[in-house]
Amino acid sequence: MMKRITAGAGASAPAGQGKVIKMAPKIAYRNLFHDRMSLIVTLVGIVFSVVLVAIEVGLYKGSENKIATVLDKAPADLWIVPFGTKSFDDPSLLIGHEKYAALSTPGVLKAEDMIVSFSAWRKPEGGKKTFILVGLDWANGGTRPWSIEEGDISDLNNPNAIAVDRSYFKDLGINERGDYAEINNQRAQVTAVTKGIRSFTTLPYGFTSISTARKFTGASASQSTYVLVTLESGADIEAVRKQLSERLQGTEILTHDEFTRRSINYWMFSTGAGLALITGMVLGAIVGVVIVAQTLYASTKDHLNEFATLRALGASASYIHAVILIQALMSAVLGYAAGMLLAMLAIYRLSVRVPTLTIVMTPKIAAYLFALTVGMCIFAAITAIRKVTRIDPAGVFNR
Amino acid sequence: MSKAPRASNGPRPLLEARNIVKTIGTGAGELHILKGVSMDLRPGELTLLMGPSGSGKTTLLSILGCILSATSGELHLAGHQAVGQSSEDLAEIRRQHVGFVFQSYNLFPTLTAIENVLVALDVRDARSADPMETAAEALKSVGLSHRMHTYPSKLSGGEKQRVAIARSLAGRPSVVLADEPTAALDSENGKAVMELLTEVAKDPTRAVMAVTHDHRTLHYADRIITIEDGRIVGDERPPKKGGPGDGAASKKKNVAA
Repeated sequence: MMKRITAGAGASAPAGQGKVIKMAPKIAYRNLFHDRMSLIVTLVGIVFSVVLVAIEVGLYKGSENKIATVLDKAPADLWIVPFGTKSFDDPSLLIGHEKYAALSTPGVLKAEDMIVSFSAWRKPEGGKKTFILVGLDWANGGTRPWSIEEGDISDLNNPNAIAVDRSYFKDLGINERGDYAEINNQRAQVTAVTKGIRSFTTLPYGFTSISTARKFTGASASQSTYVLVTLESGADIEAVRKQLSERLQGTEILTHDEFTRRSINYWMFSTGAGLALITGMVLGAIVGVVIVAQTLYASTKDHLNEFATLRALGASASYIHAVILIQALMSAVLGYAAGMLLAMLAIYRLSVRVPTLTIVMTPKIAAYLFALTVGMCIFAAITAIRKVTRIDPAGVFNR
Repeated sequence: MSKAPRASNGPRPLLEARNIVKTIGTGAGELHILKGVSMDLRPGELTLLMGPSGSGKTTLLSILGCILSATSGELHLAGHQAVGQSSEDLAEIRRQHVGFVFQSYNLFPTLTAIENVLVALDVRDARSADPMETAAEALKSVGLSHRMHTYPSKLSGGEKQRVAIARSLAGRPSVVLADEPTAALDSENGKAVMELLTEVAKDPTRAVMAVTHDHRTLHYADRIITIEDGRIVGDERPPKKGGPGDGAASKKKNVAA
């Protein structure tokens, strides 16, 4: 009738050999999918959190990009800026000898003037708009205007020529390339149109040559807002910076990254503009943690008898923790995949409906979001782990 | 974990408990559940632990199975001293040396029969030439080779208990402890389970002890230990029908009072 049951129910392999079937992932998977409603609640929580955080991060990153939009297109090793400059668009003028002082400093390959100035734009049909005038010195090998959609750089060499972004046409009261306006009470013509160059604030950018910018702003022929310094290959950046600092009183010598970070910090933190986005991100993450923690805890409670059985069978605490963590990881992967899909869809639709809104999503941000989701789910698993850690395996005899 | 001294003569017990005391609560609420229990389990024997409700059977089973720590006393299981060990060390002893069969089966409802057995192998991190084959063999040995991929909800009570027995054996334990293994079963399934445990106990490298209230199981026992009010009051070897001990039962009363 029954087979004789001997010492072992199967053959064991020699030490160090043989196969091991890992059951912890299977238990986690089955626990997760056993209660569909609980799984749905968990995933909804994670998806909500991922979408919220993805959009907030995208908006934050988009804001950073807008703040640094000109800086990113004007690569320089060092920036000579008026002392106390808070950000790129917090302009005042240097004395005027800085470029030549820089060029005579050992280790400096190139120095380039740039003018940035708040200016008054009088619309053709009446009314005024303040904008940020940016004068670039491309004629001497400096930064060139970019993203020109209509016209070309030669059109900007004309006297009083300016390039504005198509997205600001309405704000500036113009309809097309070739329209005239007044800048600081001087006649100006839109000879080129850019696409997608927007500032972080509501003020449009207008790009012109350095000489035209000086004329519009009343700066002297040698004055500029910033001097962009490019170093010779192999030059010691700190040594050059020290020399420039000693020679140029009333200025600050910043690396490109320092100036970018200072500009971003000013707008995002000193003005409080970024706090709303960061608060949104934090709230999204908290909502995710709370929902996942609650559902994971409920799931753990539902399966408490099984965890007690595992413990009674001799499972180590780490084995049981692994089951819960794998369950959390599976939730994270599923929730992230669905959440990112929805977030991308939302970002696409928002960018179509509100073209002025910049939401950035890059593979790097997506990777960070995945790490955040995993971290969030693992953090959420702590309460469940605490619950099973206190489990009494003797309870298996009472059930 | 410290090793117990080797017995000087006779068949070495797989489990030895000496003067086990279990007290819970403090002060006026102090409750002495076990009051100095001494016993052993020898290989090749099916021992039944009997006693009225509240006598301390389950507590004793929990302590012998290293699930619960004794307040004082000595417990040597397969050569390991268990009293005073950390919970992880006790888990290690359970993992390596103890198989459990529970009254309510305690199978994982989300896992199939063979997966339930595989869990026991996985918990032990036991390397097997073929774990699936090992688990399948365990199920085959309890007559469930045709139900390997069935979920517990589709198994009868007797089948569930047989899966639980297969699970307890898959880890090759030296001691199998069963808590009321027939309590939830009808007489036919209860008989089948007891016959299975009897077969399991025939292994000369393994001791089996079952806590039971069920007097229909008595004739399967090689030995019956009776506990009352936290003390062992009886330890007897009943005659087995047709067995070598038939008519020559040894009987000891109040052995560990």
